Amino acid sequence: MSPLWRTAGSARASVQASSSTSSSGSTLARDVALVCLADGLVGLSFGATAVAGGLRWWVPVAMSLLVFAGGSQIAAVGVVLAGGSPFAAVAAGAVLNTRLFPYGLAVADVVGPAEGSGSPGNDARAAGAAGAASAIGEAGATGGAGPGPTVKRWLTRLLGAHVITDESVAFALRQTDPARRRAAFWTCGLSLFGAWNVAVLLGVLAGSMVRNTNAFGLDATFPAVLIALALPALAELRTRVSAGTGAVIAVVLTPVLPAGLPVLAALAGLATGWRPHRRTTKHAASAPTDPRGKNRPSPSIDPLTGER
Amino acid sequence: MPLLAIAVLAAITYAFRIVGPLCRDRITLPPAATVLFADAAAVLLIALAATSALMNGHDFAGWARPAGVLVAGLLAARRAPFPVVVVAAAGVTALLRLAGVG
Repeated sequence: MSPLWRTAGSARASVQASSSTSSSGSTLARDVALVCLADGLVGLSFGATAVAGGLRWWVPVAMSLLVFAGGSQIAAVGVVLAGGSPFAAVAAGAVLNTRLFPYGLAVADVVGPAEGSGSPGNDARAAGAAGAASAIGEAGATGGAGPGPTVKRWLTRLLGAHVITDESVAFALRQTDPARRRAAFWTCGLSLFGAWNVAVLLGVLAGSMVRNTNAFGLDATFPAVLIALALPALAELRTRVSAGTGAVIAVVLTPVLPAGLPVLAALAGLATGWRPHRRTTKHAASAPTDPRGKNRPSPSIDPLTGER
Repeated sequence: MPLLAIAVLAAITYAFRIVGPLCRDRITLPPAATVLFADAAAVLLIALAATSALMNGHDFAGWARPAGVLVAGLLAARRAPFPVVVVAAAGVTALLRLAGVG
């Protein structure tokens, strides 16, 4: 979702500071509460801005329940409020959410139920048995176990996937013990889901009561939130150059292109900073069109040239 | 924003989320791809921040909004707490408008 890799980062730092001796449940609860608070503020601003911009009340509410990814929600609504087509809005939101794919791989072991027990929060022995456990899970899915536990296991996994966010993943990855990883992921994921949706609803109420939100400078919170979200990712010069180039491209094209497209065109900025392999450098300009295929390790077929 | 668009974005987003947990044994993502995902997200966020700070539709948005965003951005870069960043953006912009800056 969104806010604050930085917030999650400071939570992470404090978890690490208290170290393996006492990364207890209360520390986790406190850190999760802080992240929920920060995200709640963003949700409030998101709901208020969307409604104040003229969208129906259920648009931000439905997005928060169904999409549950703050950055992409803000991006999609931003494109629509700027006059962009729904297609451009969906495209911008979808590109932002590609990162959830590697996240899903990173926390795959804790998203499902604890193998062997069938319930979350009790898998002290799952650490070394992750591979075997998944084999059990698949055998169960194909009819090995009784239908009840299998269905429950799948429902848990499907629900867990929905609360994969920047924050829940950050919390999970700070823990080395499997049981704590699981506890951190679920605590953060579910708390955040509740906090985010309540906050957006409150924001919708506030936004529909205030007439002229521009007088309160609410329109400036949108870009400010986006910058705060992107900052932690701008640590490397390469990324800063790409982002700067992309921003210039987007602003320059805004007067001439239909709304929504300039932001997507900004992805061309990736070409300025992206040099994954020497042999593919000449194709760098087309990186945004096929980021996944292009960056496979060299043995795979280059999707652009067909060469191996 | 039609319900269909929300549903499509929700479906795409969920698809990104569920693939990992379902196929963790069959997929290994090259590190370069992970880095590219992160870079693409950063580029989109900054581009969107720039256009939504500077532009209103196809035109310049006036000075109040970008000034507020600039202050907020500097605060964020100095690791100010998140509430401070958001309030500063709105506060600076509101005060400038109150003072007659467009």
